[in-house]
Amino acid sequence: MNINEVCTFLKKYNGRDLYFMEICGTHTASVCENGIDNLISEKIHLVSGPGCPVCVTVSEYIDRLVELSEIENNVIVSFGDMLRVPGSKYSLNDARAKGADIRMVYSPLELIEIAKKEPNKSFVFAAVGFETTAPVYAELIDTALEQSIKNIRLLTSIKTMPAAVDKLCTMNKKISGFLAPGHVCAITGSNAFIPLAEKYNMPFVVSGFTAEEILCSIYALVKLQGKGVVKNLYKRVVKEERNEKAYSLTEKYFEPCTASWRGFGEIEGSGTAIKKEYELFDAQSKGIAKDSKANNLCRCSDIVLGMASPKECPLFNKVCSPENPQGACMVSTEGSCFNYFVNNRG
Amino acid sequence: MKITLAHGSGGKSTSELIKNVFAKHFSNEILNMMEDSAVVDSSKKIAVTTDSFVVTPLFYRGGNIGRLSICGTVNDLLMRGAVPKYITSAFIIEEGADFDELERIAESMAETAEEAGVIVVAGDTKVIEGNGGIYINTTGIGFVEHDIKSSNTKCSDSIILSGNLGDHHAVIMSERMNIENEIESDNAPLCEMVFELMKNNIEIHAMRDVTRGGLATVLCELAESCSLQFEIEEDKIPSSESVRAFCKILGLNLLYMGNEGKMVLTVPSAQAEKAVEIIRRCRYGENAEIIGSVKEGSGVVSVTKLGAKRTLSVLYGEGLPRIC
Repeated sequence: MNINEVCTFLKKYNGRDLYFMEICGTHTASVCENGIDNLISEKIHLVSGPGCPVCVTVSEYIDRLVELSEIENNVIVSFGDMLRVPGSKYSLNDARAKGADIRMVYSPLELIEIAKKEPNKSFVFAAVGFETTAPVYAELIDTALEQSIKNIRLLTSIKTMPAAVDKLCTMNKKISGFLAPGHVCAITGSNAFIPLAEKYNMPFVVSGFTAEEILCSIYALVKLQGKGVVKNLYKRVVKEERNEKAYSLTEKYFEPCTASWRGFGEIEGSGTAIKKEYELFDAQSKGIAKDSKANNLCRCSDIVLGMASPKECPLFNKVCSPENPQGACMVSTEGSCFNYFVNNRG
Repeated sequence: MKITLAHGSGGKSTSELIKNVFAKHFSNEILNMMEDSAVVDSSKKIAVTTDSFVVTPLFYRGGNIGRLSICGTVNDLLMRGAVPKYITSAFIIEEGADFDELERIAESMAETAEEAGVIVVAGDTKVIEGNGGIYINTTGIGFVEHDIKSSNTKCSDSIILSGNLGDHHAVIMSERMNIENEIESDNAPLCEMVFELMKNNIEIHAMRDVTRGGLATVLCELAESCSLQFEIEEDKIPSSESVRAFCKILGLNLLYMGNEGKMVLTVPSAQAEKAVEIIRRCRYGENAEIIGSVKEGSGVVSVTKLGAKRTLSVLYGEGLPRIC
């Protein structure tokens, strides 16, 4: 079957309404950039899920970063996406405008050289992410220990996907299948999603990120309706088993914990925290759980659960835009609202 | 040797800096008079533009802040159908900047100015406290040959892009992230291709250089100024394999990446093939392509290779700071 036949099938599909959730921010961006929803039947609905790490981070985390930035000699180091996310009152950019030292990096490992150059400063890395980023944070700690660098700490909000997808299935009953996250699966292995596929009797298709790969995965999801199976269509990157090399590094410094997700609340076993014996690297990440909105009408919490589409939010394209984001989903390039906005997806 | 605050004092060190770096490389009749202002001839309408350059790092594969500071301003003059003639250069230098690096920057500016056919007629140097940074402002003056305006685009015009997208953006990111690859910045003055198009009587309706914000942003601005719709075909957009791979790995969108030696223009569709051939024969134009056409309507529509249509918007968010 070639891609045109796949497109014809998906365009002509006229069965019951199907709701497929993508749980990777890169999938959300690719779906939007490639206009995938124009290529498929109106009966197939693509729903964005909790795949953007910045979007599922609770506001208290930002508040805590802002507090840390106000302490003399502290420097907050972060990925760019995080800087504009509103906390309950301020964003890191607001803190920077008031004089806090906040720096943007592309990789956590850049912090090693920065910290060595400025030994009198105390650096706090805003460590958000999923299974994919955790090994890099482990490498950061590993390198800091090896080189006896003592002025680095992490404020962690690192999350793991399967437990959150489990909870999502109990909250959002509409979903008929998942585009499983290609990058996360490269670490967890595709087998990590078998228990969920069986428990909820729905298909999970591990997908790559090109338009063709996503369309083929949607085709597989349609064909596998009613079956509790995992199908891996991204075999050149994703194996069935977990990536032992990544896990052995992560598990050296981190352990599973309960994590707080925007929209979901607390989920047991859905986070990764620094182990007690390495607590010198932890900028007191425990107990961050509160989520309050900068704007009460913001529907980010429903949007990350796929219970509302960005266009159903009363603020979307009115008060809330990438220039003036009211919630994290409009800030991050992986956020649903941002992608719907810049690609005029309806 | 490092630049110190004394080099900006206006005294002896300043005049030595000017003599040993700027006067040495920029030498010409007008500048050498060392008067308080330059007096130049003009019999035509003049175009004026100014731009400041804050790129970091100062040196990158394929260019440096000096070459960039000439190209950026020269290209802005060309886009209005003006022949670039004179340029001014103002340096703001942080103490601690390296003297040799400053000289290499000035040398590169002089070479690029010569390539672009402009002379540096005035300049200024200030030294401030800081950490070795160098910032340059250039102002350019050109003589207008054809008054080219964004609003002149007509329905059914063809849209031409002068070459591969994304090189400059990818180089700056690679340098900052210590990623090794073969990509070089496209940093170039576009004089030859613009002059050749004019010489061959191509009726250029609108012309813009594709810099920060990328192609999508420039097309949105062009579409808005003529109240028509720009439709482009995504698989016609030229880019190198290395840049495409780079974008894939880092999740970047080619349409929003910054460039420093590319232009997009609208011409009557009957002249489009000829215009592309002319550009391809010129230096920096070998990968030029017709990427789409202008229709009734508004906004920018992109047709993907699978036939899906989507509307493009301007760049939102920060893009990559300090790219030029």
